[in-house]
Order: sequence, then structure tokens, then C-alpha cells
Amino acid sequence: MKSAAAPAGHAGAPARGSGGHPAGSSLLRGLPLLPSLVLLAVFLAGPIVYCVYDAFTDAQLTGAAQTHFVGLANFTRAFGDPDFLNALWLTMVFVVGSAVVGQNTLGLALAVLTEKATRPVRSLTNGVVIAAWVLPEIVAGYLMYAFFYQQGALNDVLGALGLPRQNWLYTLPILAVCLANVWRGTAFSMMVYSAALGEVPRELVEAAEMDGAGVWHRLWHVTLPVIRRSIMTNLMLITLQTLSVFGLIYAMTRGGPGNKSQTLPVFMYQQAFQNSLIGYGTAIALVLLVVGALFSVVYLKLLKVEED
Amino acid sequence: MRKKLLAAFAITVAATLSAAGCGGSASGSGGNSIKVVYWQHLDQNDNKQQKFLASMKTSFEKAHPGKKIEVVPVTASENDYYTKIQLMMRSPSTAPDLVYEDTALINSDIASGYLKPIDSYVKSWADWGSFAKAAKGAVSSPTDGKTYGVPDDTDTRGIWYNQNLLKKAGIATPWQPKTWQDILDTARTIKKKLPGVTPMNFYTGQAGGEQSTMQGFEMLLYGTDAADNSLYDAKNKKWIVGSQGFKDALTFVHTVYSENLGLSKPTALGPNAGAEVGTKLLPDNKLAIDIDGSWMANNWLKTGPRPWPDWAKTMASAAMPTQAGQAPGRVSMSGGWAWSIPAKAKNPDLAWQFTKAIKNKDNSTKWNIIESTTAVRTDVAADPKYLDATPTNKFFTGLVAYTHFRPALPKYPQVSNAITKAMESVTTGQSSVDQAAKTYDQDLATAVGSDSTAKGAR
Repeated sequence: MKSAAAPAGHAGAPARGSGGHPAGSSLLRGLPLLPSLVLLAVFLAGPIVYCVYDAFTDAQLTGAAQTHFVGLANFTRAFGDPDFLNALWLTMVFVVGSAVVGQNTLGLALAVLTEKATRPVRSLTNGVVIAAWVLPEIVAGYLMYAFFYQQGALNDVLGALGLPRQNWLYTLPILAVCLANVWRGTAFSMMVYSAALGEVPRELVEAAEMDGAGVWHRLWHVTLPVIRRSIMTNLMLITLQTLSVFGLIYAMTRGGPGNKSQTLPVFMYQQAFQNSLIGYGTAIALVLLVVGALFSVVYLKLLKVEED
Repeated sequence: MRKKLLAAFAITVAATLSAAGCGGSASGSGGNSIKVVYWQHLDQNDNKQQKFLASMKTSFEKAHPGKKIEVVPVTASENDYYTKIQLMMRSPSTAPDLVYEDTALINSDIASGYLKPIDSYVKSWADWGSFAKAAKGAVSSPTDGKTYGVPDDTDTRGIWYNQNLLKKAGIATPWQPKTWQDILDTARTIKKKLPGVTPMNFYTGQAGGEQSTMQGFEMLLYGTDAADNSLYDAKNKKWIVGSQGFKDALTFVHTVYSENLGLSKPTALGPNAGAEVGTKLLPDNKLAIDIDGSWMANNWLKTGPRPWPDWAKTMASAAMPTQAGQAPGRVSMSGGWAWSIPAKAKNPDLAWQFTKAIKNKDNSTKWNIIESTTAVRTDVAADPKYLDATPTNKFFTGLVAYTHFRPALPKYPQVSNAITKAMESVTTGQSSVDQAAKTYDQDLATAVGSDSTAKGAR
């Protein structure tokens, strides 16, 4: 979303101001944009360029006074590093499990159900789901830690019900953080889908109903095709959000035990700030960027196929 | 038209400047004030250093009217503290004037150019002669021989045990294990006889950082046959890979956790293991044996986070044995902290004045007693006030004879991280000892370069 802001700012006034006006006037109209352009260049483009540069050096937080240009060494190191490959795999599991499957499906289900529900039920559900979304990430992380922790709330409930206790933070940490992310992020998908469902023409649904289509058929053949653009947009947004989740995982497991919940952002943090390898950490950040771009390309392609 | 253009330009410039204006302001510390940064443990009850520095600040400001000391705590886990001070020292606008440095890290920070040599200061300081030689060595650079800090304290490591629990389990006290096996056997006995009691604590895992490496792993590793050369061969300047000693030490870790002789794994691998042991399990009589630092008693003093009047009657100390009891029979590790002046400090002279004040004999004695650390000043070490302050001071000061120091090299922090990673993977059982040792060898080669490693004894 951040990157979308830059070209939009660029393409604003000057282009529209053309069409026969003298050059001085269009310059004049563009001038007020200059401050924001300068700020974008200094605070957005600057760090990004610096970050790209760092990824090709052996910059360290401590241990060396000089940094050298090392070419692609950080990247070859990454792809030969089993911990990196593990982090890449866990990132995929996390994104697909918690965002594409979890948040997306649950968000759609909640939106469909609340549409049919009575007003008080809808307000209550919306309130509860959105509360998790409103919480700052680190607070949500702490709450989820307290929930899954061995002496935590979930085990108290399980114990009271006479069910066996869990220790997922330790035994299945990736599942625990996926569930936490579903809990926290579902509200976003739900809101997107609630808005989209409002746009589905009633007569279309009624026509299908008249033709004898059941609930599932209506959903699959009428509603979903109509809102497919919202689905793609939603998928793209939650994928990118989930790819960069750090605070939630770090608060819950610190990427551990071992490296069993170490997704790319956590791995990147540990390399950059615990092993003091700023250069290597930045290279991983770039790989994360590429992963995000790949997901976006896939979604855009899918959307295009649908259109054609 | 022209006027309009000019006006628009002026507004633009003004807006840009005011928006960007946040960058230009100078930070506060001028000629009369300094910023002193120290590590505040995550356990907020542990505020001994905060209180000590506050009293130093008050007396210093009284003696030097017009001067201001700003004491800044960095509240973090140990690893995060290092990261934060390193980030602070990178930029002149955030660099403190005086910083609390772990002597294990100091060489790394010296190599980065973060610290200022203080030779010209110490030359004219009469007290400098009272600092122990080994302590001075720990704060000087092996490459340029200059001094980069004033040693604050040192420590040794050994075994603390709960006499009552050991007696209850039928183990004769005073207890002094002769081998690693003795420790494990005793722990097994306790596990069998005293359900509900954690038999032993052995720090492990990445969250613990240097605590896992030093109180944990290195207490084993330096007790193997290669002793001082088990991690780094100083003569040939090579880091050791593939040694049997390393695997044996990992096996010990694996045994402790696979037989559930230690803390529960999630607790042991969490960031609060240290506080859990010192302020809960030991004073609650829930932990029998603890391989830990000489300073443990500071948890239980009246001023500590968990006052425990009976500790001196309950807890006793023993030396850590070598692997199979080979000479010299005992092993200990020493580290310590120092006060350093960052290279980008704005007011190094005043920082030095303050350092001299907090490290004079009276204040050093006070500090060593408060923190129950081992003295670095020879005059303090001989002071009965210090020796009799806590019953265990004599014992742990005596371990200095068996102690080892970590390789004081810029790469050490990365090596230490690789060790904690290997420990964590055998603690959880994610990898076997052989796999973990192999991964360590690879990590080590990546960290220090494979031409700086050498095969250890198999």
C-alpha cells in the first residue's frame, strides 16, 4: 500500500494541468507537490535505496569498522543456509494457512452469516471480531501468548471441561501463531466481504432462488463470481500484511523453540540484530520483498484471467 | 504572474523546511551534562544498579555544582541491550557519554570503532594501579593495546545447591561432585525421591543469550580435555570445530532435558529463565541444584528483588567439576562489565570525571557488596568489609584460581549465538547431538571464515 502512494502523488496535478496551458502555469500548479515529493524522496525512497545498497555489503552492527561491497554473497549464503530455507517454508505455511485459508474463508463465512443475522447479533459479532483488529499488534501478541501459554487461559478452559491440555507454543508453534493471526486479522476480510456482499444485486439472487438453486449453489454460482474482484483485492492485501507480520510471532514464540516458528521477518531480525549481520539481514528483507511481489503477480494474473 | 510564481515558490520552500525541520535540532548534552547508559534487567524488582547510580549522581552533582548527570536505563533482555547500545553508539545524536559494556562484547565494539581509548585519562589517575591485571586485560584491545574502559566488576561461576533438599533426598552434604556424571546421578536421585522439585537448572537456548553460553555450555566445554583450547586455540588463532568435547557437552545438555532433570523446556527456553530460577524456584525450595553465577545471592539480600533471610542457611556452593575429574578438577568462567566512553560521546571529559567518582575505592566496595560481584580492585578484594559481606564471597573469589576467560574477539558474539542455537536444538530434541554439532561447525565457518577454524580432538 505504501508503494502505491508514490506514483499517485507523482501523476497528480501536472499531467492534468496540461492541455494548452503555458509551461509556467503547469509548473506553478505542480509546485505545491514539491514538499511531499521531497519528503517521499527523503523518508521513503532514501531508506529503500540505502537498504538495497546494504544488502550487497557485509555491514555489521558490531565487530567491524568498515563495510565492503560483497556482491551477491549475502544471497548465495541465504540460499545455502538451511535456516533460511526453513524460514521461507514456514513463511509460506504461515501466509497460506493463516491468511489465504484462515482469514479469507472465515472472513467470508462471517460476512455471509452476519448478512442474514438480526441486527443485534450482527452488531455483537462485528464488535467482537473488530476488537481483535483494533488492538495493537504487540498487545494482540501478548494476549495470544497468555491464551496459549501452558498455564494460560486455553488450558484452564480445557482443564475445566475435562479435556486434555495443549502446549502448542512449544509443540506446534506454527499452528499457534497461525491461529493467532487468524484471530487478529479476520476482521479485515470480514469488512471487505460485508461491503462486497452489499453490492450483490438482490434480483440476481432471487432469480437464482426461483430457479431452485440451493444456498451453496447461490453462493458458488452467483455471489462469489459477482464479488471476485473484492476477493482478489482482499487476498492480495491480507497476503502482504501477513508476510510482514513480526510483532505477533516475536511476542508469542520469538521464532522458537529452535526455529520451528521462525518466519522470514523473525529470521531477518535475528540475523540483523542478534547476530549483528546488518548486510545479511537486509538481503533477507529484499527476498521478502520479492516473495510479496510474486504473490501480487499471481493474484493480478488470476484477476486478469477472470476478466478475459 | 511572476509574483504568483515567486509566492508559490516561497510557500513551497517554507513548507518543505518546516516539514523537514525535525532533523536539524541538536540534542541536549552540552558541556555541563552527560548521559550515562546502563542495562536495566527485565525483572523490574531488580533495581540495585538504578539505586546505586542515582546515589552516585546525587553526590556527584553536589560535589560539582552546575554539572548534570542523566542516568538512562535500557530495559531489555541481555541480547537486546547490546543491540540497543550499539545502535545508540552509531550516531552522534544518540551516543551516550558513558556506557555499561559487557567485557565479552567490548572487543567487538572496539573493532567497530564505537569506543574511545582512555589511555590519556587513566595515565594520570592514581587509582588505576589498584585494578587487577587480568581485569585490565579484559578492557584493552588485543590489536592496538589501548585501554577502552574501566573494569566495573567481575564474577566466577559454580554450583549452588539447596542443602535441605539434598539431605531430604539422602545425599550427603557438603556436596562436591567430582565429574559431570556425579551431577547427573545426583539429579536423577532427586527426581526419584522428591517429586515436585526440579532437580537441577542448566541454562540453555537462544533467548538466554550469553547466560546460556557462559553459565551453561562453557562451564562444560572448558572442563573437557582441551580446556582452554576447547573453543578457541589462541596460539594458532583458530576456532575449534568437530571436537569430541563439544559433542560431549551437547550430550550433557541433551541428557538434562530429555530426562526432564531441568526446568520445563518452555521455561528454560524462554527469556525469563534467570529470574524464574533466582527469584522463584530457589527461594521457594523448588530447585535443588543450580549451575550459575557467583552473584546469585544478590537476589536474596534485603535490597534484592526477592529477600530471603534464610538463604545463607539453605544454600551452599560447590565448584563445577571437570568432565571426568581430570586435573585441575574444577572449572569456572569469568566475565565482567566495564564503563566505557563511546567514540561519539559529546562530553568525554565529564564522563571521565564521573567514572573516576563511581570507581574510587569506597564506591567500588559499596557496589561490589550491593551486587555481590567479585572485586576488580585489589584493595577492595582484600577489604574485610567486602569479604564478609556475603557468606559466599570467599568461596567464589577462591574460584578465580580455576577460572577461564572467553576469547575476547570481535567474532565471539556470533560464535556465542551459534552455541545457543546448537543448545536449543538438542534441548527441544529437534536435532540429534551429531546434527547440532555439524550445524554449529557450519555456522562457525560462516561466522569466522573457514580458514579461521581448525579440527579439534576427536
